[in-house]
Amino acid sequence: MSHYLILSALLFSIGAVGVLIRRNAIVVFMCVELMLNATNLAFVSFSKMHGNLDGQVIAFFVMVVAAAEVVVGLAIIMTIFRSRRSSSVDDASLLKY
Amino acid sequence: MTASVLAAGNIPAPHVEYDLVAPLLLVFGTAVLGVLVEALFGRRWRPRIQVPLAFAGLGAAFVWTVILAVNADPHQVAAEGALGIDGPTLFIQGTILVLAMLSMLLIADRRQDTFAAQAAALPGTDAEARALAGGSEHTEIYPLTLFAVGGMLMFPASNDLLTMFVALEVMSLPLYLLCGLARRRRLLSQEAAVKYFLLGAFSSAFFLFGIALLYGYSGSMSLGDIAQVVQTGQTIVPEEVVGRVQPQEATEALLYGGVALLAVGLLFKMGAVPFHSWKPDVYQGAPTPVTALMASGTLVSAVGALLRVFYVALENMRWDWRPMMWAVAIITMVVGSIVAITQTDIKRMLAYSSVAHAGFLLTGVIATSENGLSSVLFYLAAYGATTIGAFAVVTMVRDTSGEAGHLSRWAGLGKRSPAVAGIFAFFLLAFAGIPLTSGFTGKFAVFRAAFEGGAAPLVVVGVLSSAIAAFFYVRVIVLMFFSDPEPEGPSVVVAPATAAAVALGLAATVVLGVLPQPLLDLAGQAAGQLFVR
Repeated sequence: MSHYLILSALLFSIGAVGVLIRRNAIVVFMCVELMLNATNLAFVSFSKMHGNLDGQVIAFFVMVVAAAEVVVGLAIIMTIFRSRRSSSVDDASLLKY
Repeated sequence: MTASVLAAGNIPAPHVEYDLVAPLLLVFGTAVLGVLVEALFGRRWRPRIQVPLAFAGLGAAFVWTVILAVNADPHQVAAEGALGIDGPTLFIQGTILVLAMLSMLLIADRRQDTFAAQAAALPGTDAEARALAGGSEHTEIYPLTLFAVGGMLMFPASNDLLTMFVALEVMSLPLYLLCGLARRRRLLSQEAAVKYFLLGAFSSAFFLFGIALLYGYSGSMSLGDIAQVVQTGQTIVPEEVVGRVQPQEATEALLYGGVALLAVGLLFKMGAVPFHSWKPDVYQGAPTPVTALMASGTLVSAVGALLRVFYVALENMRWDWRPMMWAVAIITMVVGSIVAITQTDIKRMLAYSSVAHAGFLLTGVIATSENGLSSVLFYLAAYGATTIGAFAVVTMVRDTSGEAGHLSRWAGLGKRSPAVAGIFAFFLLAFAGIPLTSGFTGKFAVFRAAFEGGAAPLVVVGVLSSAIAAFFYVRVIVLMFFSDPEPEGPSVVVAPATAAAVALGLAATVVLGVLPQPLLDLAGQAAGQLFVR
């Protein structure tokens, strides 16, 4: 069982590091999705461990929420790409200090 | 619920207490109706229908909340334990609804041209010029706002972590969109939306992983169950399989990891340092009415959820989380106050002031007593009303390019329009916590509760950072009243709805400063019921 949890923690960390070091907003966003899916893996493993179904039900909720997040996120990233011709998170730097 | 029960086909229908969750359903229902209005009515009719509809929904939900608080014995869980409807929750929900109505006054003020005519039309293109000339507007902002308010109502009421996560997303997703819809300075607005979205999604992933770890620790999602596991050290076994499945030793490491990650998500929404970096950018870039909604409603809602998690689920381990919260509260107060001094944009300055206030609120949370709870409730109501008033004034001071954001443009405003500058000065004094304003009463209550709870050093830091904060509030007042106005300075545009929001914010600030006792009693009564589990 702990193998799945270690894999989940590993995927989550890869996602978190990706958010911090990647520049393209789309890739950053994909890394966030990776973190959510890593969490799903943890939920399902814990569900098996405890012998109840709560964790598996939650995984479905997380998928729906992630889908809704994609809709909103891509809309926002699309708009900024169209007005700037770039989706790099470093270029958007009018707001600082 | 286990696999064997499901296989037997013996699934009981869930029982929902509709009377207890009615405020939520009213707000969400109105939002859905708003979406239908978008689909079914012509462009000219939409604003005329959407605005009254939104106010009706919020008003009805508020009335129902008041009736719930007065009449029934609301101290119970609803919807199969998903929502806890109790004194503190009803107080927070009522506060959020009032603040949402005040913000809605600003959002619905169509004379101010706050929102983009067409978000899809690029700034500075023919398409945008055509959209502006054609007088099109996004009436979708009303249902979006209502969805966000619905999420804000649900967030502090959630009695299990899954509901809390869904509420968090329902609250945040519409706000991400609303941030990017400013008419002027579109690039800033879009940048704010991207930053808020990416950081918000990042923090909610941490929140979710925290939930997963706590589920792994306890075997249950419910806050009450987690509290029980913290006490007994044995995982929860579902009723159906008691006897067949043995409870296991709960793993402490999962608990500590889970609490830390959960706290990251909650503190991010609250804007506490080290998770505050989104706040100044988003507050500055977003359309000011949306900023007002976020600075009041989101903060109230996030603090409510934080209170519920730490008072219900983790109360038994408060000796473990208090040092962490001490550190966060101290750096939040100090960083918020000090960095605000260097700001040159009025909305950015108010954002850092909001960071500092998040720190003051945390000192009340740390008290973990009935007094701490009631003082935080009072503080939230008082601070929310003042904040909306202050941002409403910001929308009124305008020049040719929209709102005059830069502080230097505010020089000499007191000579040009003494009334507006005077009101703004009063709001700033309330933020600073000068006696006879609501800010003083709130701060005094919070600090007293923290002192009684044995957090005297925290109170000292709080008072010191209040003194630092007073410096930059007074600096703005000096700038407005004692320097000469620029020749081409901004003018004050008074629109009725915005003026009403300013007047109501001012009235709340004065009344809660001079006569705080009724609301303090109400908060005390609400806190006396404690959180249901």
